[in-house]
Amino acid sequence: MNLNRSALDLWVGIFVAVGIGAILFLALKVGNLINFASAPGYRLEAHFDNIGGLKLRAPVKAAGVIVGRVESIKLDTTTYQAVVTLKIDQGYQFTADTIASILTSGLLGDVYIGLDPGGDTKMLADGGKVAKTQSGIVLEKLIGQFLFDKAATGGGK
Amino acid sequence: MLDTVAAGLLHVLRRVGGRTIAIIGWLGYATRFSFAVVRETPAAFSRLNLTLREIYFSGVLSLVIILVSGLFVGMVLALQGYDVLQRYGAAESLGVLVALSLVRELGPVVAGLLFASRAGSAITAEIGLMKATEQLSAMEMMAVDPLAHVVAPRFWGGIISMPLLAALFSTLGIFGAYLVGVKLIGIDSGAFWGNMQAGVDFRYDIVNGVIKSIVFGLAVSLIAVFEGYDAKPTAEGVSTATTRTVVESSLAILGLDFVLTVFMFRGVG
Repeated sequence: MNLNRSALDLWVGIFVAVGIGAILFLALKVGNLINFASAPGYRLEAHFDNIGGLKLRAPVKAAGVIVGRVESIKLDTTTYQAVVTLKIDQGYQFTADTIASILTSGLLGDVYIGLDPGGDTKMLADGGKVAKTQSGIVLEKLIGQFLFDKAATGGGK
Repeated sequence: MLDTVAAGLLHVLRRVGGRTIAIIGWLGYATRFSFAVVRETPAAFSRLNLTLREIYFSGVLSLVIILVSGLFVGMVLALQGYDVLQRYGAAESLGVLVALSLVRELGPVVAGLLFASRAGSAITAEIGLMKATEQLSAMEMMAVDPLAHVVAPRFWGGIISMPLLAALFSTLGIFGAYLVGVKLIGIDSGAFWGNMQAGVDFRYDIVNGVIKSIVFGLAVSLIAVFEGYDAKPTAEGVSTATTRTVVESSLAILGLDFVLTVFMFRGVG
């Protein structure tokens, strides 16, 4: 192996630089670290009776546009409601009478939170609470109710 | 009659005992060797040119096979993944499928297996041949510690190269999937990258994948230098040691991968 010192240093340098570049590519482009780590924003809180299949980091959409992500999901042990913290990207403002509902994209698609702003002039600030919420639809309950109704009307005949 | 049975029983017990002691002795030797190599870490970094040379041999020279394999694995994953996903109308999820498969599993594991057969076997053969030609003994005669000069640089060269190679494998794989999925099949480029970015988490997926590749690099390097150092100083001994390195490293990678996956990916982050 007749490789002089500077050529060897150069090759190892290229290898290490390209390797670290690959890790950075995975972190930034694939893992989207920039958007998760440093995206400035503010937090809103919403209480739901049932969140259905909502998961952490699920998108928050207004008019179909992603405006934030679900940051944490907890259970309030006094009211037994789910407390969902939403992180809204800086630059998006929502009225104080905004309705938050849990929606599903398609029949089996991802669960997300939809925000429908109202006509109030006041805006929700950091740490604000979304007063009006609509729970997620639990398919099993819906089917159960449908069958129950069918049986009830059928029995009355 | 009773005497022969008793004698036979004693013989069997003696065999079992002898094997057990041999195995424990071998394990103790391997452990002491590992500690001795780790203790020579400062030597590997104070003589940086030796370690750089090993990074060149095990890292830079493995680049071609790693890059080409990564590209083809990514392209095949994209073709196969698309075939299944489009049955469920979820072809847009191809990006996240490929990225998660590569970053979590295929990148570290396949790069590790290639690294074991490309670089691990070479390290074992080199050290084994140095032992067979009594170069290691000659070093000891000159009060030069072969652990510090020969073993530790190879050990650290392997550990440093492996995570970089695994990351390059994953990157080329994702690029291959992009070529096939977006350029050839015609999936929307925005959906490909968008779903990937939404589905891959930095801490949960990428950091765990890098940790896996570091662990595999450590296992392969340790096995390679140990088998080389432990080889019988004959032509046959070196060949046996080289084979053992490849077999043991591959099994170690697969076994460790299972254990690490159990601890890393048990629930939804």
